Amino acid sequence: MERIDIGLTVNGVRHERQVEPRRLLSDFLREDLGLTGTHVGCEHGVCGACTVLLDGDSARSCLTFAVQCDGASVRTVEGLGAPGALHPLQESFRRHHALQCGFCTPGMLMTALDLLAKYPLATDDEIREGLSGNLCRCTGYVNIVNAIRETAAARGDDTG
Amino acid sequence: MKPPAFKYVAAGSVEEATARLAEYGDDARPIAGGQSLVPMMNFRLVSPAVLVDIRRIAPPDAIEEADGHVRVGALTRHRALETSPLVRERFPVLAAAMGHVAHLAIRNRGTIGGSLCHADPAAELPALAVLLDARIHTASCSGERIVEAGSFFEGALWTALEDGEIVTRIDFPLLRPGTGWGFREFARRHGDFALAGAAATVTGSAGRAVEVRIALFGVGETPVRATAAEALLTGTGLEPDAVAAAVDALRNAIDPDDDLHASAEYRRHLAGVMAERALGDAWARVGAGAGGGAA
Ligand SMILES: Cc1cc2nc3c(=O)[nH]c(=O)nc-3n(C[C@H](O)[C@H](O)[C@H](O)COP(=O)(O)OP(=O)(O)OC[C@H]3O[C@@H](n4cnc5c(N)ncnc54)[C@H](O)[C@@H]3O)c2cc1C
Ligand code: FES
Ligand code: FES
Repeated sequence: MERIDIGLTVNGVRHERQVEPRRLLSDFLREDLGLTGTHVGCEHGVCGACTVLLDGDSARSCLTFAVQCDGASVRTVEGLGAPGALHPLQESFRRHHALQCGFCTPGMLMTALDLLAKYPLATDDEIREGLSGNLCRCTGYVNIVNAIRETAAARGDDTG
Repeated sequence: MKPPAFKYVAAGSVEEATARLAEYGDDARPIAGGQSLVPMMNFRLVSPAVLVDIRRIAPPDAIEEADGHVRVGALTRHRALETSPLVRERFPVLAAAMGHVAHLAIRNRGTIGGSLCHADPAAELPALAVLLDARIHTASCSGERIVEAGSFFEGALWTALEDGEIVTRIDFPLLRPGTGWGFREFARRHGDFALAGAAATVTGSAGRAVEVRIALFGVGETPVRATAAEALLTGTGLEPDAVAAAVDALRNAIDPDDDLHASAEYRRHLAGVMAERALGDAWARVGAGAGGGAA
């Protein structure tokens, strides 16, 4: 099968690879780069587990071919924080017990990051609406909403 | 699942895209945002041998006003249409509708051209194009043409596009002063495809509706204009009995499907409720504007 050269930046690190055109960005991240923080659930855009930031905007990595990301900049959950140095949003998820099995968490975090950048998130309705494309089978969402609400409120005080 | 293998070609211009599509014929498909095509490929519902990536054939997110129209480039993303100050000023109904399309992550990638060409019967944008009498510009190896939105949608996932033809631009003729708008849909969960929805514009003058437009979606194979209802309301002051008669007419004119999510009867009922609310919003906005409508 034909392979195509691509070069992209993931979490600040430049990668050059050859990929099959049908390689999904989700599989590229997980299999080719070993970044297994990005999870894969449904592979048709409905569960949100695979959400990453693509050139700054949240995107479904399962609905994007890696070849379409030549020259792009991708941020995954691995680029958010590190053990001992969590991102404020991760810190808030931890504090509020906003995860149980953790399967949905990377997608929740990357989605929330984009929501925080683009929307006021002044009400719980707005937060829930923003999360409507991310499924969680454990938490019942309440603690996820709590964690995001707190981060949204803190955003007014600092950079967020 | 994983998508089947295909050959990938990135086109740098409209000419190159149409040439490549002509070269590969039936085996080729354009890909824009991929938000409808990639799920279908992952499910192996479609397996094109060649994908022609058209994202770089024009500047992204091109929205401008010219010659009495707002022109939107086919590669404009849903999110750009939703947030454009020009669209918010000229077509608040379009901006409002875009907020209902899928989820932020999908609106960040999905394009206007892709939504029109995918032609899902429950999609918002095709209904808005029909409501607003948009003109769809296309290009192929045999030249360019303009298709009225009203004749673009031929069936579920089926359009008037010929093989090898792509959409390049959508022009929305400006609304007349004194036009109010309404947009209502019902979905089980925000961002899901609507079970049924309605969009309306009403142009008022001296307390009367001089022009009424209603488009429905999720109620049949394609978005439809409720022409009988429009005619019944034109010249009225949208009094409750006039609206009730129009809603009856509209319910009789549609032929929704039964499916897992809703029965045909429920959809028919819902379409009427959505239309009534959209009309109410539109009429209230005529009154609130400078155009002089509802007292
Ligand atoms: C979970 C989920 C929820 C969704 N919910 C909604 C919703 O509520 N409402 C809604 O309206 N949509 C919804 N969508 C669909 C979404 O809006 C798509 O982005 C859009 O329909 C397609 O745009 P695209 O640019 O991604 O097109 P693509 O997926 O790239 O293409 C779609 C089709 O159009 C063709 N095509 C694309 N561009 C052109 C062009 N310029 N000329 C000719 N052919 C072209 C392609 O060949 C393909 O057949 C949803 C999608 C997902 C995954
Ligand atoms: S795996 Fe991408 S949305 Fe479910
Ligand atoms: S924590 Fe288990 S799916 Fe969300």
